[in-house]
Amino acid sequence: MASNLLFLTELMGMRVCDVKGRRLGRIRDACLAPRVDKVRIDQFLVGGEWNWWIARHDQISSISLDGIRLRDEQLVPYHDDVWTLRMARDLLDKQIIDAKGRKVVRVNDITFELNRAGDHDELWVLEVDVGMRSVVRRLCQGILPPRLVRRLMVRIAPNSIPWEFCNIIEPDPQRRLRLNIDLKGLEDIHPADLADIVEELSHEGREAVFETIDSEVAAETLSEVEDTKTQAAILESLDADRAADIVGEMSPDEAADVLAEMEESSSEAILEEMEAEEKTDVEELLGFDEKSAGGLMNSEFIAAPEGGTVADALRIVRENEEHVDTLTHVFLVDGDGRLTGSLPVGRLLLVEPTALLKPLAGADDVVSVPVAARHTRVAELVDKYNLMALPVVDEAGALVGVVTADDVISMLRQD
Amino acid sequence: MRLIDRLPRPLVVFFTVIGPGFITAMVDNDAGGIYTYSQAGAMFGYMLLWTLPPIALLLVVTQEMNARMGAVTGKGLSDLIREEFGLRTTFGLMALLVVANLTNVMANFAGVASALELFRVSRYVSVPLAAAAVWFLVVKGTYDSVEKIFLMACVTYIAYVIAAVLINPDWEASALASVRPVFSWDPAYVMLVVGLVGTSVAPWMQFYLQAAVVEKGITVKDYAESRIEVIVGCVVMIAVAFFIIVACAAGIWSHGPREITSATDAATALRPFGEYAYLLFSAGLLNASLFAASILPLSTAYSVCEGLGFESGVNKRFREAPVFYWLYTGLIVVGAAVVLVPGFPLVRMILLAQVVNGILLPFVLIFMLRLVNNAGLMREWTNSRFYNVIAWTAVVVLIGMTVILLGATLREMYFPNARAVIELTP
Repeated sequence: MASNLLFLTELMGMRVCDVKGRRLGRIRDACLAPRVDKVRIDQFLVGGEWNWWIARHDQISSISLDGIRLRDEQLVPYHDDVWTLRMARDLLDKQIIDAKGRKVVRVNDITFELNRAGDHDELWVLEVDVGMRSVVRRLCQGILPPRLVRRLMVRIAPNSIPWEFCNIIEPDPQRRLRLNIDLKGLEDIHPADLADIVEELSHEGREAVFETIDSEVAAETLSEVEDTKTQAAILESLDADRAADIVGEMSPDEAADVLAEMEESSSEAILEEMEAEEKTDVEELLGFDEKSAGGLMNSEFIAAPEGGTVADALRIVRENEEHVDTLTHVFLVDGDGRLTGSLPVGRLLLVEPTALLKPLAGADDVVSVPVAARHTRVAELVDKYNLMALPVVDEAGALVGVVTADDVISMLRQD
Repeated sequence: MRLIDRLPRPLVVFFTVIGPGFITAMVDNDAGGIYTYSQAGAMFGYMLLWTLPPIALLLVVTQEMNARMGAVTGKGLSDLIREEFGLRTTFGLMALLVVANLTNVMANFAGVASALELFRVSRYVSVPLAAAAVWFLVVKGTYDSVEKIFLMACVTYIAYVIAAVLINPDWEASALASVRPVFSWDPAYVMLVVGLVGTSVAPWMQFYLQAAVVEKGITVKDYAESRIEVIVGCVVMIAVAFFIIVACAAGIWSHGPREITSATDAATALRPFGEYAYLLFSAGLLNASLFAASILPLSTAYSVCEGLGFESGVNKRFREAPVFYWLYTGLIVVGAAVVLVPGFPLVRMILLAQVVNGILLPFVLIFMLRLVNNAGLMREWTNSRFYNVIAWTAVVVLIGMTVILLGATLREMYFPNARAVIELTP
């Protein structure tokens, strides 16, 4: 173990001496001021005989296992400071999100790097320790001499997370701002993994994550959360306008599912805050029975006039680029919006732009399902005809939505 | 198609209503429960019935506190203890919990052994089979569907209600005994009282219930339903305990008080069923034992790993969560192996496990009370004064009884003849 490392468990209770070597007290906590410096410990809290004092980082002369020596003993009494993160109080034993390992971990200890900055020592936060080594270290610290503990530790495999990957969960939004906690690291995690992480968090942890991260990522993550009841609970914990931002980014069918699960007053408050177009889409879907084709379908799809050409169809696709992630088929409709055919997007790429759509789709009847059909019927059709997308039509035969294979898979898994 | 879809409709409705609270209460009547209640009835007749109302009250209060903490914070009990009291305290408490739960796992494998020994199945066959079955059931993720079977099989407890009625017990005496406390310095009596509390309000339940509430995603909003379910579960559980004690008092104790030392003794209480008595007793005990043996090691491994910050979960691979899997496997293997030691006194050890529960309980309660009254954690959902009075009284009484038990046991060891004689007239 390199000797320029120091652990929070070793720091806690460490003796602090003044210039002449007289004992002032013991270390009670170490504070980081993220707005000033993201890694350097800014203040040390020293417990004296009667109260706690603040020793600023530039008042320290040397730090070692034997204790801390000050070079300036003009200490100020401690008062709680909203701009600082207290390592032992706010971090130790708490859960944080490891953006690299993509999981929730509990902080057992913190590793500092001991740096000589000119004429004085500084502590830089290096890693957060989890796993067996840090558990044993904490259990032994204070019972056995620190140097012996260090020797014992060598035998156990370390398990640490570099500080830059640690995402602190702070429920208070104002404090998050002051401590510069932006949870940006979470946005690079795949939404499905982030959803697993969120499911492991406490209520306020979930709230903190969904309040802080980008609303598009939040929407994708919320869609990946397993249980609609949990999704609804998360949305209900947020402000209505923040919830509306997230719901607006979700696909209308998923948004409708979540809103249907919520209490009417909360879902109405969210709909109120949403933009008009998204709101109509979602409200339309909310009218359908959850267990019907209408409840499963997505009202976003791409339809081209049956008399048009491939170039027309491709133009329509380009105009609706927000659907590209889920796009598998272009549907053909007649003048009244009635479904007359369906074309896999891939087929469009193989033929001349001037080719007509209708002959390409063939003369076969296109498989579709009425909005009122039971969801088991939908699954049957998708399975029987091996469909990636099943069009849904109303009583008049007009195309109103599409059920995609992934909707069917989620439905089957939930039953 | 899943099992639940094939059930008749009323049963489906029943299973959608029941949740963590009811399941916890049903698991609570495990091998330890059945034997402790049987022993209480067989040795002391109706005399110990007075313990049931206060136990029921304590049970409702503690279970409700757990469900509330889970719903408000969304965190498990060991998580909360860790965050508020630090690693060292958590480690100490978890070590005690592992010991207590190991004795409970052992008790339930002993339950399996004794249930099947009625049919001359050697414990060297039944226990390893049961241990392997439990391990695979949980690790391979089939537990969820089997849980419904376990729950349904709990109707075998109705046998005790019927037996208690058929055997024509002294209802007047049992009603009177339910409200008239009797104190005795007899170590066997004190031990049974501690065991009764310990088996009914077992420490593992607090961890299991809160984790289950969090797992189910119950929030403050739907907490009211949860509370009703918790209360119903507790009442049903205590009712079962009441009928077991009455059936044993009328079926065994009235013919002369005796200590139950084997399944054959305990099954005597179901005598009105004639030749089916053994079958009913054995089926009920086997189901209860397997049910608890499936839940206990898992719940212990989860609590410990969450409290100490190790990865946990049956959906993780062995390499990802080694501590979790070792602990889980270890509890099953050791629990089962101890039962196979030649000459192992099954019933006595089952009862002893409940006493260990009773001794650990007040300490778990102290932590729970400090957490649930922490306004920073629970906001407006802290305990009412009524709750605190009941819970703190229980803590004081339980610690007092543990001290008495210790004193009585020591006196027994050094002055075997000084044992207090109590009247045991039917």
